[in-house]
Parts: sequence; structure tokens; C-alpha cells
Amino acid sequence: MSATWFRGPIAWAIAAIVVLLGALSFFVVVPETEQAVILRMRKPIATINAYQPGEQFGRTGAGVVFRIPFFDQVIMIDKRVLDIELTNQPVLSTDQLRLEVDAYARFRVVDPLRMYQTAISEKRVGEQLTPLFASALRNELGKRTFAALLSPERGQVMDNIQNALQKLASQYGVQIVDVRIKHADLPSGSPLDSAYARMRTARGQEAATIRAQGQKDATIIRANASAQAAKIYADSFGKDPEFYNFFRAMKSYQITFLNQAQDKGQTQIILSPNNSYLQQFINPR
Amino acid sequence: MAIRFGRPAWASNTPNEPPKSPWGGGGNGAGDDASGGGKGAGDGKGGSGGGGPRNPWSLPPGGPRRGAGGGGGGFDDLFRRARRGGGFPPGIPFGPQVWWLIAGGLLLLWIALTTVHSIGTQERGVVTTFGRYSTTLEPGWSVTFPAPISSVTVINIQNVREENFPDGSGENLMITGDQNIVDLAFQVRWDISNAPDFAFQIKDPKATVRAVAESAMRAAVSRASLNETIGSGRTTIEAQVQLQMQQILDEYNSGIHVLGVAISKAAAPQQVDEAFKDVTAAQQDAQGLRNTANAYAQQVLANAEGDAAEFDKIYEQYKLAPEVTRRRIYYETMENVLSRTDKVIVEAPGVTPYLPLPAVKRREAEPDIEVQGKRPGATK
Repeated sequence: MSATWFRGPIAWAIAAIVVLLGALSFFVVVPETEQAVILRMRKPIATINAYQPGEQFGRTGAGVVFRIPFFDQVIMIDKRVLDIELTNQPVLSTDQLRLEVDAYARFRVVDPLRMYQTAISEKRVGEQLTPLFASALRNELGKRTFAALLSPERGQVMDNIQNALQKLASQYGVQIVDVRIKHADLPSGSPLDSAYARMRTARGQEAATIRAQGQKDATIIRANASAQAAKIYADSFGKDPEFYNFFRAMKSYQITFLNQAQDKGQTQIILSPNNSYLQQFINPR
Repeated sequence: MAIRFGRPAWASNTPNEPPKSPWGGGGNGAGDDASGGGKGAGDGKGGSGGGGPRNPWSLPPGGPRRGAGGGGGGFDDLFRRARRGGGFPPGIPFGPQVWWLIAGGLLLLWIALTTVHSIGTQERGVVTTFGRYSTTLEPGWSVTFPAPISSVTVINIQNVREENFPDGSGENLMITGDQNIVDLAFQVRWDISNAPDFAFQIKDPKATVRAVAESAMRAAVSRASLNETIGSGRTTIEAQVQLQMQQILDEYNSGIHVLGVAISKAAAPQQVDEAFKDVTAAQQDAQGLRNTANAYAQQVLANAEGDAAEFDKIYEQYKLAPEVTRRRIYYETMENVLSRTDKVIVEAPGVTPYLPLPAVKRREAEPDIEVQGKRPGATK
């Protein structure tokens, strides 16, 4: 009976699991997304799968690593591109404009051992880099005018911040991949309101200019038309000014004397017998 | 152990002996009891063997049996029941073989489930073997090593992701190159061009895309003027942002492909909207003024042309017979004028004419007009 018991399934399973765990504790899997520092009796002996620029997946150091249980300690450090964000950093530009800046930096741990020695974990690296990033940002933006941020110089600004931050980050075994300014905005309150007021007046100016331009165009159009009409008259009537005088006078008499509209006066005519119209009447030839 | 201990208890208790003589049963298996009692005490199951007989008065008739069941533990009971209930025929020993079968079956199932992978047409499977990238599975059914050795991350690479800015409703204010503020909403669509890069290079791809999009858009807007951003420059800005985003994401080796950037709204902020509308109104007003002037110009020109044409036609005729035409026109005009007006002819000099002026009653302000006898055309 006793022998059966020891051959029992539960015991076997337990034994197998214990053996398996024991065997597995000799190995550690380092995935592609991590890099590892191996400490033997608290002394670093190797780094596994450390970042190499331009390496190809499948040919990296990722994979199974041998270790001695209890003596070796494997520290995993993220190998991917990580980020730190700065939000609503108040910045004063050289032209005394207050700005609120959001920026981010992307970084990668390239020297896992140094990073472990200086900061233990990648999370703490981020925490330690954040104030450095903020001061690098403020230093650089404090040297610029607000307008420089809104120009192609913006790229130069970001490069300078990246370089300044890189110098500090190298102490942590960290490579700054990229620094970018996300927002550079006027803080809400009076700066924003005055910007709005400026926009409003600028639009008011534009509207007034447009109206005045329209008025000007209209006057020019009228003047041109009058001039052209005068030219047409002159061209036509200039052929015989004397006849024009006669013809226009006739037309004028008709209009003046025959207009019987309400507000015009009635016409009385007193003729002298010497009138040329009555010439035949008085003295027929 | 449990089996061995349980069996005598079972055998002795079934007859349901009175509590007075429990030792009879104990006496029967004296040989076994020496070891059984010892084990029982050690396991805390002494209730059936030791406790019962010492206090016979307190035990009901079924006491020992219950004690055996409770003290013997689930295993004891379970095995017994299995044997009795006929889960297994009594002839076949119930033991390690069955467990091996179950374990083997589970293992096979595990292997089957973790070696065969079905990858959809839009998907790729990134395979890592002992943590190291080995291959990317194309659509279809594929076989890999079982689970702890290989692991497969399935990534849907063709699914178009959409990122909206601002996330939700509200204003998304940006500063333009001419230091104006614009309210801009846009959308970025992206998918994955390289599954392993996407899986291994970036910690939080979605947040990365959002941050990059925001940065690129603000950079592009800060180079454009307000009018360009609101109006004609939109497509240029969209193209610039897409290009720059792709460039940045490639720098990160992110494996992300930007499909497109679309500006869905670019307008003046709410606070200055009225002023912007006034500009539009001013444009309409100006156009209105121009239209009126044009209408007037057309009228003036048409009049001039008409008058000139009339004069020309008549002048043509006049040239053919100047004297006659002149006279004719003169008489016709006089006829026209005098036939419809009141007229007085004063013949003798010194005669004061009576002027029956009906007009005076109606309107005194208007001076009457006299036509003195002048020869037409004599003025010049």
C-alpha cells in the first residue's frame, strides 16, 4: 500500500512541478522588448540584448539566458522608445510674452547597466529626466522671441533642447530620440483675451478696408462711365457744333415747355410779332 | 494511506453496533490497529478509533460512522464512493493510469491549441521563440512550437485607426504664423506597415501617434497665416503634416504608416467669430456698391450712345439739305410747343397785355418763360 501511494498521481505531479521550476530557475527569457542586466552576487557581470542602432529583430541578443539561482539577479529594462511629457510649462519669452508649452521627449535606454546604476528603473529615469527636460526647455525658449516659435526656427529650437537634454541624459545611459513642442499657447485670461481683441480689431480694419475699397471702385466706375459718355457725345456732336446747338435747343424747348407733370409749372408764352416763327404770319414772302 | 485506514473503519461500522461494545471491532483488527491508531492520531482522525470508545455514552448509534466520514477527509469518501457507485468497474484498478491519461490529454489539447494559429487576411502574427523574434506569420493557418517555447502576438495591420483631435468636443486652439488663434479640428488615419517594429519598438504606439500628430500639426499651422489655415492652405497643411508625421514615426522605427490627415474644421475661435462675419459682410457690401455703380455706368453709356446715334442719324439727313431740314425741325418744334401752351401775341408797342395767367393762381413761384423773337441758331 505504501508503495502505491508514492507512485500516486499527486506526488508525481508535485515532483514534476518542483523539478520543472528548479530547472526553469536556471533560465530567464529576455524578450525583444527588454534588455537585461545580470548581477552575480550583486556585481554586474553582463548585459543581455542591449540596444544596438540598426539591429534587426531575430538577430538581437533576445532569447534564453542561463543564470545561477540565488546568486544571479536579472534586471529587466525596457528597450523600447519611451516618453516623458511636460504639460502646461509656463515659459517667458524674450519679448516678455507668457506662454504655456506642452512638450514631449522620446528616449531609449541604450546603456542598461549605467541606467541601472544611476536610476534603478526606467520609470525613475523618466522621473529624473522630467525636471531636466523642463529646465532645458525653459532655458532655450527664454532665449527666443515668441515669433521665433512660430517660424521655421521652431525646428532649431527643438534641436537645441534635444542637444541640451542629451548631455544630461547620457549620464543615465539614455539616448534622447526626439524632442518636440506640442503646444505653445497663450495662457487663458488676459493674454488670450488681448490676443482675441487684437484679432477682432484686425478684422475690423479688414472690413473697413474692404468697404472703402468698394466705395472707391464704385466712384471710379461712375467716373469712367461719365468720361466715356462725354467722349461719345463729343465725337458725335463735334462734327457740327452749330447744328448741335440748334438741334439741342429744339429738343430742349420740347422738354422744357411741354412737360406737364404735376410739379412743373404751366407755360405761358408772349410772342412779339418780330418773332421768327411769326415771320410768315406778319409779312409773308 | 487514507484507503488503508478507512477500510477497517468501514467494515467495522456498517453493522451499526451499539456504542457499548466498540472495542469488539477494535479487537478484531488488533494487528492493523497498532499502526492504524498511530496514524490516525497523527492525522487527527482519532475520532473514529480512539475518541469513540472512550466516551461511549455520548455517541449515538451512527456516531462512529459519521466520525469516520468527517475525519477521514474527502479523499477517503471519494474513493469509497467511486468504488461503490460504479464510476469504474470494480475489476479495473483506479490509479495512476487514469491520471496519466488525463494529464496526457490535457497536454495534447494544450499543444494543439498553441501550435496552430489561424491568422486573418488583415492580420500578421509576430512569433517569438524564447523571447527572440523568429518570424511573422502570414494570413492562413500556421504551425509554431507550443506555447511556452513560442508565443504569437496577432496584430491587425490593415485595420485603419482613426485619431481625432480634439478628442471629443470643444475647441482646439492653435497659434498661426501671424500670431492669430485658430480653432482647428482634424483627424489622422493610420495603419501598420511593419508588424515586428510595431510590436517591439514603441511602448505606447497610440499615444505616440497622437503626440506626433499634434506636434506636426501645430508646427505646420505655425508656419501658415490665419487666412491660409482657414481657407486655401488647408490641403497644403494636410500634406505637410502627413509627410512630417511619417518622417518622425520612421525615425522612431515605429512600423506605423500614416494614411492621411484631414482637417475637418478650421475656423476663427468663438470669441472673435462676429468680427470674422463682419469681414464677409463688408465684402458683400463692397460688391453691392460696385454693382450699383456698374448699373449706373451702363445707364449713362447707353444714354450717351442713344443720344449720339440720334444726332448722327439726323445730322446725316441735315447735311443733304441743311436749310430745309433746319426749317422743318424748327417749325415742328414750334408747332409742338405752341400748340399746347397758352400764347399771347403783342403787336402794338406800348400795349400792356392782359395776362390771364391761370398758372398764377396755382403756382406763383414759377417764373414764366418768354421766348423772344430770336432766330433759331442765331446764338452761335
